[in-house]
Parts: sequence; C-alpha cells; structure tokens
Amino acid sequence: MTHEALFIYSDKQLTYRFNESHPFNHQRLQLTYDLLKSAQALSKEQMIEPRMATDEELELVHDPAFIDAVKQGGKGELSDGMASNFGLNTEDTPVFPNMHEAASLLVGGTLTAVDAVMTGKSQHALHLGGGLHHGFKGRASGFCIYNDSSIAIEYIKQKYGAKVLYIDTDAHHGDGVQWAFYDDPNVCTLSIHETGRYLFPGTGSVGEKGSGKGYGFSINLPIDAFTEDDSFIHVYETAFKEVVEFFKPDVILTQNGVDAHHYDPLTHLCSSMKTYEFIPKLAHELAHHYCEGKWIAVGGGGYDMWRVVPRAWSVIWLEMTNQQHILDDPIPTSWLERWQPETTDELPTSWHDDPSIIPNIPRKLEITEKNNKTLEKALYHIRNEKKNIAKKG
Amino acid sequence: MIIEEIMKRDVLTLTEDAPIKDAMLLLDKYRIRHIPIVEGPNKRIVGIISDRDIRDASPSIFHSTEHLEDFLKPVSSIMQRNVITAHPLDFVEEVSTIFYEHNIGCLPVTEDDELLGIITETDVLHTLVELMGAHQPSSHIEVKVQNKTGMLASIANIFKELHINITSVLVYPSKNPEYKILVFRVQTMDPRRIIHAIEKEGYEVIWPKQPGINL
Repeated sequence: MTHEALFIYSDKQLTYRFNESHPFNHQRLQLTYDLLKSAQALSKEQMIEPRMATDEELELVHDPAFIDAVKQGGKGELSDGMASNFGLNTEDTPVFPNMHEAASLLVGGTLTAVDAVMTGKSQHALHLGGGLHHGFKGRASGFCIYNDSSIAIEYIKQKYGAKVLYIDTDAHHGDGVQWAFYDDPNVCTLSIHETGRYLFPGTGSVGEKGSGKGYGFSINLPIDAFTEDDSFIHVYETAFKEVVEFFKPDVILTQNGVDAHHYDPLTHLCSSMKTYEFIPKLAHELAHHYCEGKWIAVGGGGYDMWRVVPRAWSVIWLEMTNQQHILDDPIPTSWLERWQPETTDELPTSWHDDPSIIPNIPRKLEITEKNNKTLEKALYHIRNEKKNIAKKG
Repeated sequence: MIIEEIMKRDVLTLTEDAPIKDAMLLLDKYRIRHIPIVEGPNKRIVGIISDRDIRDASPSIFHSTEHLEDFLKPVSSIMQRNVITAHPLDFVEEVSTIFYEHNIGCLPVTEDDELLGIITETDVLHTLVELMGAHQPSSHIEVKVQNKTGMLASIANIFKELHINITSVLVYPSKNPEYKILVFRVQTMDPRRIIHAIEKEGYEVIWPKQPGINL
C-alpha cells in the first residue's frame, strides 16, 4: 500500500544537543510531535523510525578525516588544535558526547525519508530532524555537523539517478548544500534568506549562480531585513514556480527552517504563520504537478522553539496529509497544559498569528520593491534561457 | 600577504618582433587581457600589450576587412614601453594601491629584470575578499567608536572574554571624522551575546535592530 505521507521521528534524535544554553535545541522535535499527537493528526501507521547513516553514506559528501574527528570528539579524544581545523570547538558547534552517533541519526532519518519516497512506499515524507544545511565537506559550521541534505541529494543521484530540486526557506543562506553542488547541472538549489549583509553566513548573494556546467543551477534570493509575509510569499511563489518549470526535477527536497518568523531571536525578518502555511502548500502542489508527488521535507533552523517551531513544523505535516481543516481549531489544550509550565513565553492558542504581532515597518514599500528587483536578478538567467528555447522553437 | 604567494607563474609572452596577429590569437585563445613583451633568456621586459592596445589598432567593424596587412606589423609598433612592475616581495596592499593610482589591470612581477610572474586586478580582488574573510561563514558586526587610540583593543577584549573567534577585522572611516567604524566578521551564527556585551560597555553596534533604520 502506498502511504500518502510518512513521518520520520524517534526521541533518540533529541541527543543532538550541544549544551544547555545552546540555541539549537531538538526538543523542538518533541514539541512538534506532541502537538500533532494532541491534535490527533498523526497515527502510529504513519510513522517510521530513522535509521543510522553508515560511514559510507556520510562519505558521499564528507571527508573521512572529518568523520574521524567527529567520532573522536564524541569520545572526548580530540585535541583543541585538531578540533579547530574541523570547526568543532567553536561556540556554534562545540563537541559533545556521542556527537557522531547523534549526527548520523539525523542523516539516517533524511535517508529513511528518501528511501520511503523513492521506492514508492510513500508519496511524501517529513523528517524534521534534518535540514542541517550549513555542514561543509570537511568542516562543521553554524550548528551543523553532517549535512543530511547534501548527503541525501548525492544519495538520490547515485542510487536512484534522479534530478533533485532543493528549496531552502531557512532565514540563513543554505551555503553547505549550495557549495556541494555548485558545479552540478543535475542538482538545482534555490535558497531564500535574509541578506548576508550582517547575518550569518554572509554568502548567498544574487550573483552566486553556480559554476562551470552548474552555472544557472544555484539560485539565491537574499531578501531585506524586515521583509513581511506578502513580499516573502510573492518572491517564494514566483521563484519556485519558474525554477521548477525550468529545471523539471524528478523529486523535490524542501528545507524548512522556520527562523524567518518575526519572533525569531536570531534573524530580522517579519514573517508570520501565514508564510509557514503557504510554504508547504505550494511545495505540495508543485510536487504533484511536476514530480508525481515525490516530495521530501526536512526541518532546519528555528529558534523560537515554543511559539513558532511546533506550529510551523506541524503545518507541513497537516499539508502533506491534507488535514488543513485542523488549522481552524484552536491549539489543543492538552498540549498547552503539558508545555506551558516549561516556558515563560506565552504559548499561542491559535494556529494562525494575529496580524498585530508584526510591528509597523515604515520602509515596507521600499523593502518590497528591493525584493522584487532581487527576484528579477535571481531569475534573469532562467527567463533568458526560456526565451532562447522558445526562439529555437 | 606577499605577491609571490598569489602571482601566476605561467606567463604567456611574446618578443617584440612578433606580429600583432599572434598577440590577438593569444589573447583570444587563453582569455587573457595582457601580454608582456620580453627579450633574452631572462625574459627582460621591454614592453606590454593589452587588449586595449589591440583594439586601438583594429579597424572599425564597418571596415573589418580592410588593411589586414596592419596585423602583420610587429607588436613593438603598438606596445607600451613604460611598464610598471611589481616585486615578488611586495605586499598585496601595495599592489592594490598601484592598480588604484594608475588605473591599470595587470602587473608583471620581476626580480633583477627577470620576469617571474604576473598579477592581475582579479587576483588581487580575490585575495582581498579572502583577507576580509568574506568567503567564510560568518556573522558581521559593525561597531561605531570614537576616533582615538585603543578603541580596537577595548572591543577586541570583549570578544576575547566571550571566547568568540574573529575571522577578520576592518577599520573603516566614518562619515563623521570623529568616529571610526570597526567591522568584525565572527565565526558564530548567534551574535546576540557579543552584541549585548558590546552595547553594555556603551558602544554603538550598527545592526538591523530597528525597523526602517540603518539597513
């Protein structure tokens, strides 16, 4: 039997934890899982456990020396000097016990999702533990050790010979995935993020378009700080539709960082839940239109873990399984009662945000116009190619 | 960083009796814009020819088939003879200043009159991007400080206390000469603590913190 969608989760994934005060906290997974359970939107039959990724699979993207360093780090055997060569003793990615196993389980979860979709066991699959898009070949960066998405893309290429479209809506540039496939014309990456003028990692300018044969297959849409729902949705919808039509992928992989929300403490964008309802809706529609439904979704950033992440991530699942009617109900009281004592933030009682949470942005028109200009530049190459193809008839 | 570390060592050259046609073919085939003209076994530089010199010597596209015999003239007839060169031990900063002052695109690198390599504007730009740390994942923090001694040290100390690794530092002049802007690239995705600490010491951090201001 073909499932509509599968949810990959295990509470063992909560072991990916750098330290108590670190902003990347995978308790987010538990909060989301529990919210879906409380809303009776997720059944046992729809769930699968993530597997561990093997060393061979990690080596599809990562250097063996880096993998060894992560293993040693997890056992407390890595010297400071060696660690810094691999980006491993930084504030962002400090070493922690069994980090290799924890990070491999996140990669394995994304591969579990890939296999479910590519073998036809399920049309869509959601693995919120993945989406660690900053991981480099030989270097940990920006809270990410192994790059599950890069590995998954290479795995899909080699094992299934399929063309992958990667869509990254995290507020930070998806640099690790972009650089991994920068010269590859069979992988197309589209990243929409807050401009790197100040924000980490600083790359992702509209001029980064790929190199060699991969030219034109890396697309970057850096949007201005304080961008709101309407402009975000407009650039996302326009870019995604034109890119998918141009590239004609076999499968779509979406990275669903949810840190473009106004509440997020690390970024300066002003989206609300309206954006996070639209993002999976369009991905779902286009996956059916172009890829016979083949859609794998992973998580990513999101640092307001109480008010934003559980709702924004749950919405992806509700969209995948066509349970959008749940969004009209209030947030289940059982969930609120269980988690409210754990935080000083006031948990939201509705799936939607009231527009009043977004402050008045005086330069809204300018920001929107600037984003539209960036959109034009980002799509310039594709639009030109299309014209050329049309001319040749 | 010194020029020796970033210069290209495989230099395509011509002698002064080579026909202009050969220079055109080289520029086109290797997609370069400059050819040093040399003599003798040590490749002593006697001139340089650029794509611009060739263009000046070429007929208009409306007369592109006329006077083709001109291209058989030697390169010595159109080359620049006053060649500005760099030394392998020059600093990248010095060489950038030469490009900036003379509006040129390339410098042959010589030692004792012998041609050792070549450096172009593009090479320098790439190096400056690396020196600025802009190619490495980093957050970008700008601090406005008074233009007086010791400010950089004071701010750097705050980074030290919080164990945050600085990828690069630039000191910019501010519009108001009483101030300078210090630009730090730091290897962290979460700069909140450091920004808070700098502000607590009474400095102004330029960061998109208020809607509509300072973007």
